[in-house]
Amino acid sequence: MIVVERLTKRFDAVQALQDASFVAQDGQITGLLGANGAGKSTTLRIISSVLQADSGRVAIDGEHADPMTARSRLGVLPHASGLYPKLTARENIRYHAVLRGLSADLIEQRIGEWCARLEMAEIIDRRIEGFSHGQKLKVALTRALIHAPRNVILDEPTSGLDIGATRALRDLIRGLRDQGCCVLLSSHIMQEVSALCDDIVIIAHGRVVTSGSPQQILQHTGAADLEEAFMRASREGASHA
Amino acid sequence: MHSGGPGFWRTVITVLHKEVLENVRDRRTILSAFLFVPLLGPLMFAFMTSFVVDRIVGEADERLRLPVVGADYAPNLLAFATENGADVAKLDIAIDAARTLVVTGEEDLILIVPSDIDERLRAGEAASLELIADSSNNKTQRHVRRARALIDAYNDKVGRLRLLARGIDPSVIEPFRLNQIDTATPSGRAVALLGTLTYFLLFSLLMGGLYLAIDVTAGERERGSLESLLALPVQRSALILGKIGATMAFMIASLCITLAVIVITMQFLPLYKLGMSSQFGALTAAKIGAVMLPMALLGASLFFVVGSFTRTYREAQTWIGLVLAIPTLPIAFASMANFRPTNWLMAVPSLSQHLLATNLLRGDAVNPIHVAVSVVSTLLLGAVLLGLATQLYRREKLLG
Repeated sequence: MIVVERLTKRFDAVQALQDASFVAQDGQITGLLGANGAGKSTTLRIISSVLQADSGRVAIDGEHADPMTARSRLGVLPHASGLYPKLTARENIRYHAVLRGLSADLIEQRIGEWCARLEMAEIIDRRIEGFSHGQKLKVALTRALIHAPRNVILDEPTSGLDIGATRALRDLIRGLRDQGCCVLLSSHIMQEVSALCDDIVIIAHGRVVTSGSPQQILQHTGAADLEEAFMRASREGASHA
Repeated sequence: MHSGGPGFWRTVITVLHKEVLENVRDRRTILSAFLFVPLLGPLMFAFMTSFVVDRIVGEADERLRLPVVGADYAPNLLAFATENGADVAKLDIAIDAARTLVVTGEEDLILIVPSDIDERLRAGEAASLELIADSSNNKTQRHVRRARALIDAYNDKVGRLRLLARGIDPSVIEPFRLNQIDTATPSGRAVALLGTLTYFLLFSLLMGGLYLAIDVTAGERERGSLESLLALPVQRSALILGKIGATMAFMIASLCITLAVIVITMQFLPLYKLGMSSQFGALTAAKIGAVMLPMALLGASLFFVVGSFTRTYREAQTWIGLVLAIPTLPIAFASMANFRPTNWLMAVPSLSQHLLATNLLRGDAVNPIHVAVSVVSTLLLGAVLLGLATQLYRREKLLG
């Protein structure tokens, strides 16, 4: 479970986050929805303790842990796949797994499992250069999940994927939820979030303007559909900013 | 649940290994660090050395070709020229034809002796000789100067004889005589050459790590792999140390290859003609390598300090390329100022390595205190820069 409490972050002249609070529950998929530049990536980066908030804090699994502990409890897939092109898929995954302190046996065992699950057997020992977007995502996902984290953060995971790959990814994310993981993903695509998420947090101009299940959000905003709700909520955020 | 990473040093080794592996697979990095740069220095040194040797040794030994029109009119002059290192070639052509030969470059110069020279000399008058040469041609100037010097010397000799014949001391017309004392020895020139050699050694050391340093700093940021790396439960200082370690490994490998190439090249250079120790063997190379080693830490840390400010590969290439010049400045300064090793100078990194390496190359004894001061001061500055780089990598702006 990830509890975000009143995060505020400023980059020079830009107020990236202002008093942002929300909860991502275990066994649920929580969608962070917002326009480009609304503060989604900043929020996720603060949760993964790559950035420090100016004020506010984050509790992971009920504990305000130090950055090292927080990072070990999270699996993070950043916006860019961030794979090393000259290394093979296996070497990429192994690098992070070793840095996470996993034993060699466990690493190979888990790579084997993910290979079967994501159908990567053919590409696992090939270098990343020349991989398709979908193939890269499979490797990056395996790398982010190799330590079997209870909390999973995905920054715009489906952007740039074709229909088949998107569908496979959604199945995987639902699978994580069904195992009891807390999944927090960001997106700027309405349909994406409504198709996948149990809970939605709408963020605009660095503020959380509304959150809850899709039904709750419709009630809150009095809109007929989620798209309208999103537009209204965003305008509301703009008027505050 | 795995709390924490694999421990500090395991992290350092893991990062070092991965960065080396990744860059070993990069053809451009490998060609540059282990082929072009190590070859460039020794080859340029070999070229410059043989050029200088040819000039120094050649100038003294080479005989001047002196084509003369009307040679039969002045047998004494030509005998004097032959005695003083000229090969007289008699030409039997007209003056116009002689001029054409010089214009077309077939001859560097031609001396014209007039038919009345003997008559005029006997009468104690001035006889005019003509020297045809192209003053805009730099290549032939050396020969023209020598020819002029020959005629001047002969002129002087005949003039003195004339004065003596009239009972006058020749020194009457020569109130001053300028004697130039030339202290340039062959080994002096060699020192200037050695300066370039240590420069190349330092250059190859730094260049060896250049592309790797750019790749693991700005390259990692640009590819977007830095963010997921920083999201791992490892200390940033361990990441930096691993990356700097990998840079140093490349630097040291490049230095070793360069030294090996130099050892081989030296076998084929006529260094003894310059009074240089020609026993530049594996042992000397190893000593020089050992003296240079601390520069790897300094250079790599310097690259990382600069790399932390750059966002893209290109930007890093520009700035780190500029930084490459900094450690070479003291060497350039030293070769102009002609420093001798002192304890104080040994505290200046890169300058101290240059002076020590030069001493080793000359086969001179090296003061152990000098070595100690050089190693400690270089490592100390390297450690300070390493600390600075680690601080800079804690900054959030790093993510861009």
